[in-house]
Amino acid sequence: MKPAVLTGEYFMTGDVACAEGALAAGCRFFGGYPITPATEIAERMAIRLSHVDGCFIQMEDEIGAMASVLGASWGGMKSMTATSGPGFSLMMENIGLGICTETPCVVVNVQRGGPSTGLPTHGAQGDMMQARWGSHGHYEIIALAPSSPQEIFYLTITAFNLSEKYRLPVLIMTDEIIGHMSEKVIIPEAKSIKTVSRPKPKGRKDRFKPFAPGPNGVAPMPAAGEGYNLHITGLTHDEKGYPVMTVEAQTEMMARITEKIQRNLDDIIRTDSYLLEDAEIAVVSYGISARTSIAAVAEARKLGIKAGLLRLVTIWPFPEDQIRKLADRVKGFVTVEINLGQIHREVERCAGGKVPIFLVGHPGGTIIHPDSVVKMLMEAF
Amino acid sequence: METFNVYASRLITKKEYFSPGHRACQGCAEALAVRMVAKALGQNVIVSSATGCMEIVSSPLPFTNWRVPWIHVAFENTSAVASGVEAGTKALIRKGKLPDKGTVFLGMGGDGATADIGLQSLSGAFERGHNFLYVCYDNEAYMNTGIQRSSSTPFGAATTTSPAGKLTPGQITWKKNMAEIAVAHNIPYVATSCSSYPFDLIQKVKKAARINGPAYIHVLSVCPTGWRVPPNKAIWIGRLAVETGVFPLYEVENGKYRITVDVPELRPVLDYLKPQGRFRHLTPELVDEIQERVTHEYNKLKAKTAL
Repeated sequence: MKPAVLTGEYFMTGDVACAEGALAAGCRFFGGYPITPATEIAERMAIRLSHVDGCFIQMEDEIGAMASVLGASWGGMKSMTATSGPGFSLMMENIGLGICTETPCVVVNVQRGGPSTGLPTHGAQGDMMQARWGSHGHYEIIALAPSSPQEIFYLTITAFNLSEKYRLPVLIMTDEIIGHMSEKVIIPEAKSIKTVSRPKPKGRKDRFKPFAPGPNGVAPMPAAGEGYNLHITGLTHDEKGYPVMTVEAQTEMMARITEKIQRNLDDIIRTDSYLLEDAEIAVVSYGISARTSIAAVAEARKLGIKAGLLRLVTIWPFPEDQIRKLADRVKGFVTVEINLGQIHREVERCAGGKVPIFLVGHPGGTIIHPDSVVKMLMEAF
Repeated sequence: METFNVYASRLITKKEYFSPGHRACQGCAEALAVRMVAKALGQNVIVSSATGCMEIVSSPLPFTNWRVPWIHVAFENTSAVASGVEAGTKALIRKGKLPDKGTVFLGMGGDGATADIGLQSLSGAFERGHNFLYVCYDNEAYMNTGIQRSSSTPFGAATTTSPAGKLTPGQITWKKNMAEIAVAHNIPYVATSCSSYPFDLIQKVKKAARINGPAYIHVLSVCPTGWRVPPNKAIWIGRLAVETGVFPLYEVENGKYRITVDVPELRPVLDYLKPQGRFRHLTPELVDEIQERVTHEYNKLKAKTAL
């Protein structure tokens, strides 16, 4: 029987590091369904959750997996699921239910080539816009993109902390390449890992309103069975949780679920940079493509091109300010991603036509070679 | 089952519709089952296939081995797509735009695609009464993604998501009885079979294809890779499943049960469990528990055949 935090140095895949990060964050429920290339996360959790008195359930499909995660969260547990493209599509309705019912949980998408069954064993970054808008209706979401097995360990902890703090499903948008790549992963001591748990309500139980926002815009959340009356629904509901089908209630609820994110962008948005301070050309990338971009930027510098990298760690909410500020001082942007231009559009929108923007994209199935980024940097500017 | 003489194998067509050259594992009894089903159905068939082992071993170039029309769909929707193919063809025949050649509409999937994610779609197709045949090739786990449990995994079997160890004895639930679920839909034909009994399988497929309305055949398909048995023992293991009563071969025609491979005296279930690596952790108590359940289920089935 091993502890929840496996302090030490390891050589592990991104999928395994993700599972270990979840355990370190306090995740004790996993609702899963096999799908390449995310299966290893479920397999690891199946064994490891038994070590920490947690619960692993394999569901009958991804619809069930996502729904079980929501149920476990209302049962009081930090819960998670992991999937890839086709499963992510099936989860969409329940991700929306999680948004509407303000249910903290973490969903990992180890992206593979799509659409449909696509390229099950090859990586891609084609689900980035689906992560933003995949479920119906208007909402805010948080999505994080790790660039290495080490980072997926930490970002999984961050994902749980953000989901508990802001009460919503948080997405980890990784890819097959990181999921199946083995690298050195250092797991720190348990006491050095900061974990956040959902605020619990205080005060009179009979006057409790499960959706009345607290100071940071988020309502405290009891677990079912703790004595608070809970009425949870995917219908438009008021602060008490009861369905109210009016324009006013819809406006109020939409404000609750969007403003808690929009008002806390500084806390949620994380970016990283490389040689960006004096850069004339900003390369914008994330996930595995940011690793490619680091090599390309270093190579471009040798060739006398003043390029720098803005690595997006938080993808949603989109780091709009960071792009806008860059647009005022650089000559242009190059976005690098394994799709045919998704985050590219966001960068274009935020650049507002001030400077030209170019895409180094790939339809999926392999990483982008640094040479193709260098070539673009040389030819475009 | 009809009586065959020693030259019975010659009665099976030499033509291959699921041709050699696919990339299934050594000793895959599921690929063998698909081959026999394809032989039984012949050329005039349209196959809808779920995601799974049989999709991935039979479709990518240059290993594509289907010699009949074949559509790969998603994981959960084989029966819905087969319903569309059947209904669409029927409409075109009615309008006189297609000749009525008596085409068989075959839906196929593994146990995950049938008993888990595809059950809703299958149930819908049974209820609507499409004239189609669904064959479930049951290798008792998600083998394509690397041996994860399904609702068709037997009690006690170790898989990567039902690991056997100090804390759990492998799969902790009993195998879902898909054939009985199909029977409960009151469809005209339901059968179980196994590729270790090729004549039984072929007979049943031919009969199912002739019947007007939905038909369901559940084929136990030994998976040497996932069951942890040597590839050359796959057929033997399949026979043991039948001889121990773990997987009786029967058919239900318009509600009438008939055992097609009669086993006068069941062998102990241990004979079936012992050669398989996935059961090697089982304690004698667990084996007894399985024996009790198998005997109970077998007697229940026997009672139904007497009705």
